Amino acid sequence: MAHESTYQPKTGFTRWMDSRLPIIRMAHETILDYPTPRNLTYMWTFGGILAFCLGVQILTGIVLAMHYAPNTAVAFDSIEHLMRDVNYGWLMRYTHAVGASMFFVAVYLHMFRGLYYGSYKAPREVLWILGVLIFLAMIATAFMGYSLVWGQMSFWAVTVITNLFSSLDTIIDGLGTTLVQWIWGGFAVDNATLNRLFSLHYLLPFVIAGLVGLHIWALHVPGNNNPTGVDLRDVNREAVPFHPYYTTKDGFALVVFAILFAYFVFYVPNYLGHADNYVEANPLQTPPHIVPEWYFLPFYAILRAIPSKLGGVIAMFGAIAVLFLVPWLDTSKVRSTRYRPLYRYFFWMLVISCLALGYLGAKSPEGGYLIAGRLFTAYYFLHFLVIMPVVGIIETPKPQPRSIAESVLGPSARGGGQVPHPVPAAAEKR
Amino acid sequence: MATTMEEPVTRRDFIHIAATAFAGVGAAAALWPVISQMNPDASALSLASIELDLAPIQEGQGITVMWRGKPIFVRNRSAEEIKAAQDVPMAELKDPEARIMEGAAMPATDAARTKPGHEQWLVMVGICTHLGCIPKGQRSGEAKGDYGGWFCPCHGSAYDTSGRIRSGPAPRNLDIPPYEFVSDTKIKIG
Repeated sequence: MAHESTYQPKTGFTRWMDSRLPIIRMAHETILDYPTPRNLTYMWTFGGILAFCLGVQILTGIVLAMHYAPNTAVAFDSIEHLMRDVNYGWLMRYTHAVGASMFFVAVYLHMFRGLYYGSYKAPREVLWILGVLIFLAMIATAFMGYSLVWGQMSFWAVTVITNLFSSLDTIIDGLGTTLVQWIWGGFAVDNATLNRLFSLHYLLPFVIAGLVGLHIWALHVPGNNNPTGVDLRDVNREAVPFHPYYTTKDGFALVVFAILFAYFVFYVPNYLGHADNYVEANPLQTPPHIVPEWYFLPFYAILRAIPSKLGGVIAMFGAIAVLFLVPWLDTSKVRSTRYRPLYRYFFWMLVISCLALGYLGAKSPEGGYLIAGRLFTAYYFLHFLVIMPVVGIIETPKPQPRSIAESVLGPSARGGGQVPHPVPAAAEKR
Repeated sequence: MATTMEEPVTRRDFIHIAATAFAGVGAAAALWPVISQMNPDASALSLASIELDLAPIQEGQGITVMWRGKPIFVRNRSAEEIKAAQDVPMAELKDPEARIMEGAAMPATDAARTKPGHEQWLVMVGICTHLGCIPKGQRSGEAKGDYGGWFCPCHGSAYDTSGRIRSGPAPRNLDIPPYEFVSDTKIKIG
């Protein structure tokens, strides 16, 4: 939302700074002058929560790297050393491991929020695409981080996932094998592989931080979407400053989130992990069941649903790639699913499909599980490629409020500013 | 003519294009070592070959050894296993190619995948051609799958007693590494 800067440097130093590097002005504009729709719900608090998650991961990760040795001979032992001998090492590691899960909990809620309220629609397409890029970088980072433990699941997850690229052999003979050996730096997953995964795992969070900067920039140009999906028109009546209104709201949500986070860290730190990863990597023995971490299970289910190696790989990457096209696949003129009586059902079908695929990803791909996996995979792609474009055309949306003010203050607030305010302007947000 | 309206090509245009192209080629050349360093290094490439004494391996027994960081399955097959492998019609095979590493392409007959006169010995890279898991079936008591050979627990690929893919998602037969008999009871792999 374009807005006037109200920043007035008051001291000699801030005036001096403002004409050289106006960084205080930038912070002021971002936090205090940034007008935020007054009707944002708690579903809008996950942006702040995700920033917190990234901060926690970077901080604990830097600490872990001080004690971890990325060498196949000692990697596994160095983690046990960290857990047992290093002061608070257990806390750092459990926070980092649980933190990855919490990061994905928050990002999935954030993404479904965006899908439900049409937050990807014009003029927020670039904002959405940057979000999908962040999600991709998160997937890569989490996968590499998991491999560093060098337990059985780490080793075999790296083996299976890097071997996905060998499916390119069916397109050009030898291409996939060459690529996989380039990724490994050898003829099998070994020390060279572990070293490069560590290097990249340390790099990618800072790439994510850079993308988050662009994501916030792209957010602040059009401004927040809101539950009605209606554009912000009257800044004085329909918006409140980000601070203190949303810093407080985000802060409260963050505390609730942190309670859940702390529950996992202090009471069930290994609940979301797999016991086999406490067995050191053994290249001669595959564990009976290879399952990824829970946050990758839907994609793993899609990979296994397709009865062809290359086809499965294409479907798995396609499941993420299709998200880039969502702003153009959705043909509806209405942003918020609140006013889309038909699409609403399909949205919840998508949520159910993703949850079901997550459940099926942990099951052995045979019999009924395999059939169910195929059905939900089919729905996932149909939803984006067929239902989104078609429903947008055939659906008759419910009437939307004419403005955010009308939706918050009732129909009497219609007609701009002539109506006397029934409530003091901003303070009575909800 | 629209072209008459355009400015004529000058020496400066040429210098711009030439300089940009030169910088581009230079950047690509500088990038190449950064990409190439990730390839298998000299120590990985030095093809360490290993010798293996087959004498202690009983009929029906299989052992696993490491070669180039990969598990190699060596099985002393029983007469029934050899017969089962030889009797499979070629038309039933999912992958009709023998998959001899560093060798010429030939049909995946059991004879092609073993050495003449040493039909009881099957030597293969023990890595599932689907996604790289180690199939079960080497140790006695392990599941051998519906075709009596090997069974991959990851995604359910089943191999026959010649190591050929028969069911499941794996696309290829198990690879046969380069090896030779140095004596009747000794092989050299690599």
